Order: sequence, then C-alpha cells, then structure tokens
Amino acid sequence: MIQLLLDNRDLFITGFLHTILLFVLAGLGALVLGTLLAAMRVSPVPALRLLGTGYVTIFRNTPLTLVFFFFAFAYPRLELVDVSFFTRAVLALAMYTAAFICEVVRSGINTVDVGQFEASRALGFTFNQTLTTIVVPQAIRSVVPPMTSVLNSLLKNTTIAAGFSVLEAGQITPALSERGAPLLIGMFWIAVGFGILVVPLTATQRALEKRWSVAR
Amino acid sequence: MERGSVSSALYDLPGPRARARNKAFSVLAILCILVLAGFVGYRFWVTGQFESPKWEWLLYKDLQLQLFAALGATLGAFVVAALLALAFGLLFAVARLSEHWWWRTPAFAIVEFFRAIPLVVMIFFLFYAAPQAGINLGVFWSLVVSLTLYNGSVLAEVFRAGMQSVPRGQREAAYALGLRKNQVMRAVLLPQAIQAMLPTIVSQLVVLLKDTALGFLITYQELLNEARYLGSLTEFGRPIIPTALVIGAVYITLCTALSSSAGYLERRSRRTGRALPTPDARLVTAELAT
Repeated sequence: MIQLLLDNRDLFITGFLHTILLFVLAGLGALVLGTLLAAMRVSPVPALRLLGTGYVTIFRNTPLTLVFFFFAFAYPRLELVDVSFFTRAVLALAMYTAAFICEVVRSGINTVDVGQFEASRALGFTFNQTLTTIVVPQAIRSVVPPMTSVLNSLLKNTTIAAGFSVLEAGQITPALSERGAPLLIGMFWIAVGFGILVVPLTATQRALEKRWSVAR
Repeated sequence: MERGSVSSALYDLPGPRARARNKAFSVLAILCILVLAGFVGYRFWVTGQFESPKWEWLLYKDLQLQLFAALGATLGAFVVAALLALAFGLLFAVARLSEHWWWRTPAFAIVEFFRAIPLVVMIFFLFYAAPQAGINLGVFWSLVVSLTLYNGSVLAEVFRAGMQSVPRGQREAAYALGLRKNQVMRAVLLPQAIQAMLPTIVSQLVVLLKDTALGFLITYQELLNEARYLGSLTEFGRPIIPTALVIGAVYITLCTALSSSAGYLERRSRRTGRALPTPDARLVTAELAT
C-alpha cells in the first residue's frame, strides 16, 4: 500500500499541491465576488439587484464542466490576454462558486430578525451602517455551516480541472492508470488525501460555531 | 417588492435625495453593464463570432439530429441516475434510521464515504480502475453509477432529515394504533418526509442534471462532447464559441425548468399547510443544497 504512495509521490505531491492552490485562490476570489453579489442583491438600486439575480441564475444553472469548457476552449478564441490554464481554472471555479456563496450570504441576511433592521433604522442608521454593524455580525453566525459545505464542494470541484489538463488530485487516477499501478490502492490514497484536506475545513467550522454560538 | 420582506426592511422608503442617489447609482450600474457587455460583444465581433458561417451549423438537418441525440444522451443518463439515486437514497435513509446497529453503521459509513469522494474521482475510478478488477462498466454506466452513489448518498441524508423532522407524536400515535415498524415508516414517516423535503430533493436533482456534464471527461457522447465536436468543424470556421453558447442555453433552460418546478412544489406544499420542515430540517436543507 505505502509502496504505491512512495513510488508515485511526485504525482501525489504535485497533484494535491495544485488542488490546494486551486482551492485557496478560487475560494478567496469566490468569497469576495459572492459577498459583492449578495450586497448587490439586497441593495436599493434595481439595476444592481437585477444584475446580481441574473448572474446567480445563469451560474447556478450551468454545469461547472461547461464553465471550464468555455474557459478552456472558447476563451482563447476571443484573443484576450493570454493566461495560463491554471489561471483560467481558478477563474472558472471562482465565478461558479461565487453564485453559491452569494446565495448563502443572502439567506444569512434573511435569518436576521426584521425587528433588528427596523430598530437600527429607527435609531437613524444608514443602509451601510445597518448592514455592517447590525446585520452582518449576526448573519455570519448562521452562515458558517452552509458556507463550509459550499467550500467543501469547491474543494471537490477542483478535481474537474483534471479533465482540462491541470495536474491536480483528480488527474492522479488516469496518470496512475497510464503507469499501470494498481488503481484500487491509488483510489484509497486519493480518498485519504481528500479526507485530510476536509479536516481543517470542518475544524474551522466547529471552532467558529463554538466561538460565535449564541443562545437565541 | 412585498412589504415586510427583509430586503425592504434594510432601508427606508427613499426620499427625494435618496431617490436621486439611487437613480445615479442605477445609471452608473447600467453604464458599467453596457461597457462590459459592449466589450464582450466587441471581442466577439472582432474575432468574427457573429459571422454567419459560424452559426450555419444550426441549419443542417444531420447536425440538428446529432444535437438531439446528444440531448437524449444527457437526459437518458439523468433519468436513469435520478431514479436509481432516489431508490438508493430511500434505502439508505431507512437503514440509517434502523434500530439495529448492523444496519445503521454500514449505512452511515457508505453514505459518508460517497459524500466525501469527489464525483470526478469516482467516475475516473469506475472508468479507468474497475476494468483492472474485471468490471467493465463502459462509459454510460460508469457515469450513471457514480452519479447514483454520490447523489443517492446526499438524498439519503435529505430523506433522513425529513423523517426526523416529522413530529415525534406522529410516530408514537402510529405505534399506539398498533402499526408495525415497517408500516410506520412506509405509511406515516416517509410520505410526510417526502412532502417536507420535496424542494430540496428537486434541487438535488438539478445538481444531478448538471453533473451529467462530467460525462464529457470520459467521452460520453452528451451535450458537451457534441459542442466540442461541432466546435471543431473547420467548414464552419470552428465555431466553438457559438456552440458553447447554444449548449449553455440548453442547460440553463433545462435546469431552470427543473428548479422552477421546485418553486412550484414549495408554494403548493405551503398552501396545503401540511408537513412544513422544522427549523432543524431547514438547517440540513441549507447545508446540503449546494
């Protein structure tokens, strides 16, 4: 069992390093873009609301594979800035995940009691003040579990990049198959790898939940 | 916007100054959108994406038939996998709620395992590795079995959450009436669980429909593979962007149709006023619906 891991350590190390890199970069991008979209979707400006809703509808109903497909095959035809496939994979993942993060943040805002908004408005807070000092600190608590599960899916979704020639963890199986290694054992190690990667995510979730837990 | 909704509670009815400011923001936002759309359109135009040869493939009967065959392949994989996943989910949900540990423990382990493994890894495993062990599933079944195992495991959790959300009194009343375990599950818990969880079940089916596109990676002849083939035809100037747009529109239509049925079902179950999920079940729903 261990022998396979040692013999193919180059594959496993580069594979999982790229997976982690894809996850971190795409996750950061998606968090920023998703929060922005959520802010747009609750804003008083109809044009912004429409734009946010349109974005979420389009990306939630498109397979991630198609988004990758577009960035892999169609993007170069537009003759824009030439970027590496890795960058395009990050873009595809970030744009897709942002739609889900937007929905999580928005439903988090929805869990805050309407009375809170009304009270803060009665005290003369502006829209921005209400959002940043009253709503977001409360919304963040209920957002933690679904946010973790979105990030968890993102972590698993990075493997789709394997189909488009980024060497990451999803690519290990076909690569091992080419080398003629026993794939059952390879599969076991990939599962272990993802198991290890998920641990910090769930640990962060637990820690945050504990820290922010309030009796309601 | 309806009164009392959270978004309307976020800000007051705008006065004259706020209205002017909102108008200014609107104009600015529309300008930004126009500039962005204009830029994309300009790139499309410069690279000749709007020229008629790139769209002519839509007019050929053979290619139209191929496109429909690809659509059929996507829908075929979806229907088979959806039915199997629902059955798998029901079975494992019941097993996870069993009173016997020898049902509960393996069911728990299996569901957690398949939920944790990335779908792509599973598909690659069945497609590349299983033949080594003498199991040759072929393209279609590699895809369908993987989709079934993953989505079935998620659905098992959904069903379980639904059954646990049924108030305890229901079960106790059923036992008091002398129903057997089997009957309580079938006649009392499951129907209510399914009704409470319908929106979540449908949105998981949307996920399944989208995931059939992963068949592209193992050359299952579905919509994306068709798009790639059509996009490589030199006689139409390799129209990969038009084909990607058309296939994207097809997927968006299919998924929106499915998800709007979820919205319809949700409104319906709200109208009958029965078996709404408890907050606990809602939490699970929010966690799983990605």
